[in-house]
Amino acid sequence: MPPRSEHSSALEGSHFGRFGGIFVPETIMPPLLEVAEAYHSARSDPEFGQQLNALLRDYVGRPTPLYFCRHLTEHCGGAKIYLKREDLCHTGSHKLNNAVGQALLAQRMGRSRLMAETGAGQHGVATATVAALFGMECDIYMGEEDVRRQALNVYRMRLLDARVIEVTSGSRTLKDAINEAFRVWMATADTTYYLFGTAAGPHPYPTMVRDFQSVVGREARQQMLEQEGRLPECLVACVGGGSNAIGLFHQFLEDDVRMVGVEAAGRGLHTGEHAASLSAGSEGVLHGARTKILQTEEGQIRTTHSVAAGLDYPGVGPEHALLQSAGRAEYVGATDDEALDAFEALTRFEGIMPALESAHAVAHAMKMAAGLGRDAVVLVNLSGRGDKDIGEVQRVLAERGR
Amino acid sequence: MSRIEACFEKLGQQKQGALIVFTVAGHPTPQLSSELLIAIADAGADVIELGLPFSDPLADGPVIQAASQRALAEDMTPGRVLALAAEFRAERDVPLVLMTCYNPICQFGLERFGTDSAAAGVDGVIVTDLPPEEAEDWVKVARRSETDTIFLLSPNSPAPRVKKVVDLASGFVYCVSRMGVTGARAELPADLAELVTRIRRETTKPIAVGFGVSRPEHVTDVCRVADGAVVGSAVVSLIDRQAGSAGLADTVGAFVRELKAATRGGRVTKADPL
Repeated sequence: MPPRSEHSSALEGSHFGRFGGIFVPETIMPPLLEVAEAYHSARSDPEFGQQLNALLRDYVGRPTPLYFCRHLTEHCGGAKIYLKREDLCHTGSHKLNNAVGQALLAQRMGRSRLMAETGAGQHGVATATVAALFGMECDIYMGEEDVRRQALNVYRMRLLDARVIEVTSGSRTLKDAINEAFRVWMATADTTYYLFGTAAGPHPYPTMVRDFQSVVGREARQQMLEQEGRLPECLVACVGGGSNAIGLFHQFLEDDVRMVGVEAAGRGLHTGEHAASLSAGSEGVLHGARTKILQTEEGQIRTTHSVAAGLDYPGVGPEHALLQSAGRAEYVGATDDEALDAFEALTRFEGIMPALESAHAVAHAMKMAAGLGRDAVVLVNLSGRGDKDIGEVQRVLAERGR
Repeated sequence: MSRIEACFEKLGQQKQGALIVFTVAGHPTPQLSSELLIAIADAGADVIELGLPFSDPLADGPVIQAASQRALAEDMTPGRVLALAAEFRAERDVPLVLMTCYNPICQFGLERFGTDSAAAGVDGVIVTDLPPEEAEDWVKVARRSETDTIFLLSPNSPAPRVKKVVDLASGFVYCVSRMGVTGARAELPADLAELVTRIRRETTKPIAVGFGVSRPEHVTDVCRVADGAVVGSAVVSLIDRQAGSAGLADTVGAFVRELKAATRGGRVTKADPL
């Protein structure tokens, strides 16, 4: 194949302080640089912006509402709790914001096939959906364990005519799906666009995914000013790879607003069975980026646990590692049990069933709100809806005799 | 001149290609791995590449992934890999290259890894997920300890990248024969000679070809155009199949002898037209 030319502006924004970068085998350097270059040119092209905005409005269903949780607020007895309703996006999560953006880019680059990794299946469904919309073929890599616990999303992807490839290596979850997707992409990058789902991985994904998700924070900031006449005291979002969190946080970086990312504390941070890379991990290099990761002393990647497949990942986006080290954002954990309690609480008090991932953010927001005055405002990114989790919630609650 | 450079120079004068054999440190067990290194050296391997296992290697196919998992289950830490290298170096003089991913080295500490690997008699290091763009720190450390820094090039590397990679490389340049992960293949890609020629235009450093080189006839074909052939998955897979047998070292040695014999056939020197 004819090698493509080297790209000059492709490395712009590839690092976040000492984090980020592009630590990948040579074979995927040229395709990554090509994506970076294409994105660099697309983001300054007004026509690309218009196409994206039209899709976000007419297809994704934006803007999503900012909703005041009256009953949950009363229940907690403190700060007002608002939800940014990304669960109301088409396909049921914020993932589609990024998927439409990257699918447009893939089309611009002349690719006819999409591939993606998925944990909870939300990104897989979003990618399969845009593949249907753009008339592209679609392969989704998903760990065997996640295929089991997110069966509904697997079926949705198959209905959308995507091929779901079960990954049986390693811990059989999101980490392994990403490994396998990159391995396959090494041999197929000429025809296939790798539609990475979170603001992690090698450059340009952390920047590009953040940009596509920033629509969440732009809308939320505007809506908060309109509805409350002021900015919130605090933003709360769950963090697996960190795309919904960075999408919300990024627009508030210059404001006097606290930012809290909630990681999966699983069975408890002290048990070692969790997925809290920022709260309990250390600096390392995984999936193409220097970031905070969960690893052994010898630098082997640890297995993780979370009831939420979308948070069950031993790394995190490099920009979060920077925000943490700079003290601009704080990162805490919510356990499986806390997330399940929040799942039930939000369902009963507001009639809104959150994704188990988003329930981690709700759990922490409820705790925080209780400790703040009634004039304070907490804004939670409700990144996805919980339909996909009903089977898993039923199974886990039954195990606990509920 | 480094041990690796001297090796390529000597083979060049003898109009032979270098046979570079890859195994995973600690596979199938630390003890057998140590015996295998000696057997591979004695069967005629010119350079040995020793895989320092990482839990999540992006560039490896199923065979090397599985061998790495097995070695990790045997608790093959970077410290033990270096001990294995030192033990080998005390016995044999064959150039030794470590191949790994960046994270285990980072956690070991770059400085300490540079010093300790050189002390263990390691001649070069390949970090498969460290492209030139991110390699400044490592290259600085490796130069200080006089460790060769071997970088990978692949069929899709455009000319300016080829230049960037060969300029930073020392010892030899590792040319990945095809797009994709490591693993044995039935045939070599048809455009291999063109690929090597493209790299040769940018450098006088030795060029070795790997990924998918798995049979003696592949080695012969590779050595017609390049300075060395790397055989990895085919050897690892043979070790897997024979792991329980008392004749493991002999069987592997016999295969390596066959591969080495194949480097002597039909060698065309650099100066000759391809």
